[in-house]
Amino acid sequence: MKQFLSLFKSPMFVIGFSLFIGTLLLALLGPLVFNITTERVGVQYAPPSGKYWFGCDDLGRDYVSLLIKGLQASLYVGFLAGIIATTLGTLLGIYGGFKGGLVDDIINMVTNLFIVIPSIVIIILISASFSEGRSLTLIAVIIGMTAWTWSARAVRAQSSALKSKDHISLAKMNGANTFAVITLHILPYLASYVFMVFILQVATGILTEAAISMIGLGPLDTVSLGTILNQAKNNGALSDGIWWAFMPATVIITIVVFALYLINTSAEGVFNPRLRK
Amino acid sequence: MLKQYPTLRYILQRGGWYFITFVVAVAINFYLPRLGSNNPVKIIMGNTSQGLSSEAVKEKEEKYLKEFGLVKVKNGKIVRNEDGSPVKASILEQFISYVGMCFKGDLGTSFQKYPKKVLDVIKDAVPWTIALQLPTILFGWIVGNVLGALAAYKRGIFDRVFFPVSLLLSSLPFFVFGMLLVYQFAVVWDCFPAMGGYAGDLIPTFSWTFFSSAAYHYVLPFFSIFLIAAGGQAIGMRSMGIYELGTDYIKYAKWLGLKETRIIAYLFRNAMLPQLTGLALSLGTMIGGALITEMIFSYPGLGMAMLTAIQNNNYPMIQGCTLLITVCVLIANFTVDILIGFLDPRVKAGLQIGKGN
Repeated sequence: MKQFLSLFKSPMFVIGFSLFIGTLLLALLGPLVFNITTERVGVQYAPPSGKYWFGCDDLGRDYVSLLIKGLQASLYVGFLAGIIATTLGTLLGIYGGFKGGLVDDIINMVTNLFIVIPSIVIIILISASFSEGRSLTLIAVIIGMTAWTWSARAVRAQSSALKSKDHISLAKMNGANTFAVITLHILPYLASYVFMVFILQVATGILTEAAISMIGLGPLDTVSLGTILNQAKNNGALSDGIWWAFMPATVIITIVVFALYLINTSAEGVFNPRLRK
Repeated sequence: MLKQYPTLRYILQRGGWYFITFVVAVAINFYLPRLGSNNPVKIIMGNTSQGLSSEAVKEKEEKYLKEFGLVKVKNGKIVRNEDGSPVKASILEQFISYVGMCFKGDLGTSFQKYPKKVLDVIKDAVPWTIALQLPTILFGWIVGNVLGALAAYKRGIFDRVFFPVSLLLSSLPFFVFGMLLVYQFAVVWDCFPAMGGYAGDLIPTFSWTFFSSAAYHYVLPFFSIFLIAAGGQAIGMRSMGIYELGTDYIKYAKWLGLKETRIIAYLFRNAMLPQLTGLALSLGTMIGGALITEMIFSYPGLGMAMLTAIQNNNYPMIQGCTLLITVCVLIANFTVDILIGFLDPRVKAGLQIGKGN
């Protein structure tokens, strides 16, 4: 816990953290402040006004509502995909690295296999085959299921280095089972590392969802920041210079991802003393 | 076996491993499109059968079924049940016919540009993608690495300005950056074209007008990838450089009083290795990497071809593109593995130790 508190001494982390909390608050509290509606309220591409701060889209829907809903969707995808990918990767990595032998070989082989096969291919193929009923949750699950590999490899390297440490042997001699050794004696050492992996996975999840939605394979059940951009491009808002159709969404995505990268980079600096200077 | 040739054994080992990966990738490429809706023909029929008589619909459907290898075929004719309906092929039979066709270089027929072959569509598109990506990746890589190494070595004020800028650049999703470029340069200032690979009224020929038009259309897509690639490379090189600066051999070199340029040269050589593998890998993902950039600029490359295929549920085309992307990535990875085997003394040493067993 102490090392996590020491993060707040890094100005870079504080900036990233505040930015991220800001977007989180906007997504959570936005609906209380603004009147969220996906009904038609204005004319097509009505420019920003006092009533509709960011104007209206091609169907005359209020962009403030769409952006808040889109931000919620993007954060939801990021967190769900991040949790799935980090949990899978960490568990498989620790288990393989700690157990060694045949189990490790099999896990390692599967991991390496799916590291090499580009995940965007798998995501496109699955999304394209679900031409109906492609929900936000499904997309998050697909992203999570394809993104776990590199975190598994990284965690495995760390945990197999820990395996031969004295305190692990001691715990084993005291009769602790594999589960206890992993949760009590290996995980705490990897906590800071897993945290960094998680942050990156969330950012990857948000970016992947936006990319998938941009090419027209996004969720069909809700608005996301990616689908807003997709519509802006498809309906010619971009080439007509209707900036409110894409500028706010791009700014929001960039802020979220930048905040997460700042958190990750500063955490690396705090947890890895060599980078400090 | 092959004990006295550790390098050859290493190459064969990696080659065998990548072959297995390739088989799995082909299986995934085959199986996933059949996952959501078990019969791709139905979706296509839904799009294309409007306004046709029931006879014509049936004929068309059977033609598609045959092309997809979904029914048993003997001597070029569909095997039928007693009631005249086609006999369905099992998933294994489908897979075998798919692999057989792939090896013959037949990736199927594009549904949009019927009867154009998928392979021909890809052949038309790939040169555009390579022309856009190859120079961009190489330039971005060189510029990024030089800046990153400088930032690592100089630190101080240069690093303090440079690092956040490149971090912001590389966290800007590349497609977002492309959209901003289009808006600012093509719409607001109107000094570069917003879309296409060349002016719409031209036909690709070897003429000066065509090349100048293509070059003019090249500027925005180039910068949209270049700046972000350079930013990402610079960050990687910077942290590698800082890591290497803390190692013993650099400290030793400094104590010995070696010239600064000499130390930087040592530093560069060692920090370079992961960057080199990064270059090879990004060349491998080149074909798939420009998907969205091409979409934003309506650039006539593979990404655009795949995008229109996705919008039209053109399965053979999507599968052909994904297979091509996968093969490129596999080849790049294999090359990197072999390169590392030759360049990295640690891997070499490991090979020599492995001689004994």
